[in-house]
Amino acid sequence: MADVALTDATATADLAQRAEVTRRAGRGDARFHFLTWAAAAAVLLVFAGVIASLLIGSIPAVRAFGFRFLVSSAWDPTSNEFGGLPSIYGTLVTSALAMLLAVPIGIGVAIFLTELCPRPLRRPIGIAIELLAGIPSIIYGIWGLFVFAPWFQAHVQQPIIDATAGIPIIGTLFGGAPYGIGVFTASLIISIMILPFISAVTRDVFETVPTMLKEAAYGLGCTTWEVMWRVVLPYARTGVVGGSMLALGRALGETMAVTFVIGNAHTIDPSLFAPGTTISATIANEFTEATTALYSSSLIFLGLILFFITFIVLACAQLMLRALERQAGVK
Amino acid sequence: MIVSRALYARRRIANGVFIGLSIAAALFGLVWLGFILSALLAEGFSAVSPLLFTQSTPPPGQPGGLLNAILGSVLMSLVAVLLGTPIGLFAGTYLAEYGKHTRFAFVVRFVNDILLSAPSIVIGLFVYEIVVFPMGHFSAWAGTLSLMVIVIPVVVRTTENMLILVPNGLREAASALGAPMNFVIRSVTWSAARAGIITGVLLAVARISGETAPLLFTALNNQFLTTNFNAPMASLPAVIFQYALSPYDDWHKLAWAGALLVTATVLTLSIVARLLETKRN
Repeated sequence: MADVALTDATATADLAQRAEVTRRAGRGDARFHFLTWAAAAAVLLVFAGVIASLLIGSIPAVRAFGFRFLVSSAWDPTSNEFGGLPSIYGTLVTSALAMLLAVPIGIGVAIFLTELCPRPLRRPIGIAIELLAGIPSIIYGIWGLFVFAPWFQAHVQQPIIDATAGIPIIGTLFGGAPYGIGVFTASLIISIMILPFISAVTRDVFETVPTMLKEAAYGLGCTTWEVMWRVVLPYARTGVVGGSMLALGRALGETMAVTFVIGNAHTIDPSLFAPGTTISATIANEFTEATTALYSSSLIFLGLILFFITFIVLACAQLMLRALERQAGVK
Repeated sequence: MIVSRALYARRRIANGVFIGLSIAAALFGLVWLGFILSALLAEGFSAVSPLLFTQSTPPPGQPGGLLNAILGSVLMSLVAVLLGTPIGLFAGTYLAEYGKHTRFAFVVRFVNDILLSAPSIVIGLFVYEIVVFPMGHFSAWAGTLSLMVIVIPVVVRTTENMLILVPNGLREAASALGAPMNFVIRSVTWSAARAGIITGVLLAVARISGETAPLLFTALNNQFLTTNFNAPMASLPAVIFQYALSPYDDWHKLAWAGALLVTATVLTLSIVARLLETKRN
């Protein structure tokens, strides 16, 4: 009898203890779940905070200039008259030009790495190209200003200006004095910086192309060029465009390298060799010196415009790359 | 037959041109890398001296070093990573373990990837608006906060990617033994993905070591050695920016020395991160 009572007692105690442990574990789980949820929500909060602070900060400028801000080239701190057109124009032109250079070269690098490069060299060359993305922006800036611009001025710009002088449109595009720094130099440096983004994404999508497709094309007698151009590229199109958009997002927001080499002139010059400015360079250069409320508000308004443009570009890039991932998952 | 031979020749030439262009593209990238690194080594090493690590930034014309900038960069990056890593780790864990395919997780993932590539200068404006402007002065805390905003998305992305790679069998085995979910995540999933998560943190450190734009109007700069987070603080990138754009030759030299230090740090970190990743594979 005593035995049974004892077992009963331990059993009840045991059960109670187990229930307690389970409850505690449940509470611990709920707490941990909440903690991770809060961290995820914090990411959203930061994003909302960025948008809200930019919106609030730009109210004075929006009130003062309204839509005119987007089309006006005035930039006169002494008379408190601001227009964002030269900065917006500079941002769009440098990014477009950088893409024009970096997309074909990036695709070329990806083709080289997936098809042409001897296997043992693939990794080292791939890493070397990716290191270009690791070098901080400010290093491109100081190098661009002290090393590249003087070299470019003496050995490339002068000959181009001399050769194109007098030719209608092209002469204007490359006209003016050779400063070394300017819109073209900035674009070239941005293109080097975004090259790894394009080539890395492109290489990754090239590697998802089924070998059978390529072998079938080779079997029909296609040359390497024909296989790449007619089979691999069409198959990988979404990925290449997505990767390029991602790179464009970087190009638009690029700040320090551009600030060093673009010349910071609030003008719109038809010549690509002329100095100009971009949204990010204008903010980096002038924000701490903005003495009036309207001046800093105008700079924040420029920041809002930049954020808006990059948001759209990056959102498109993501949707495309996400769709691609899902597609790859299905297969 | 003649027609087809011409066609064959044309295709061969097109192929040759294309292969040549691809090789040229790869060379284009490598040449710039060589051009930048060689200039950096040449200019940087000629400016390196013991003073660099023992003295603070000088007025023009006097000898000096970068001690205040080095200390400032290390302090701000360290605190930013210490504060940002847990948030990123938890958020990444939420996405991989709890949120998965829910709408909320989708939005967080989307927003996180936007923040990952958003222009860092805009982050600087944001922190200026919420910290510097209300406080009325620039401070190292503001600089740290803006670096933290850059750290978080990097850690979130790598954490999620790494946790997804952990085989479900591990989680199920631990759950079958009766371990509560948070225990499974902390002791099984996280340790299985440890190398990958550390890689993410290293990449985040590499990313912020060279960030300049968000520091310009948050931490500003400081000529003197300080550890006071409520005051403006020098950082290597901000000093490089100020000194490189100055008209003084000795300041240019210091800027190059700083550039060499920053690049060496960033490249070492990214190579270590890559090695860790390879070892895991």
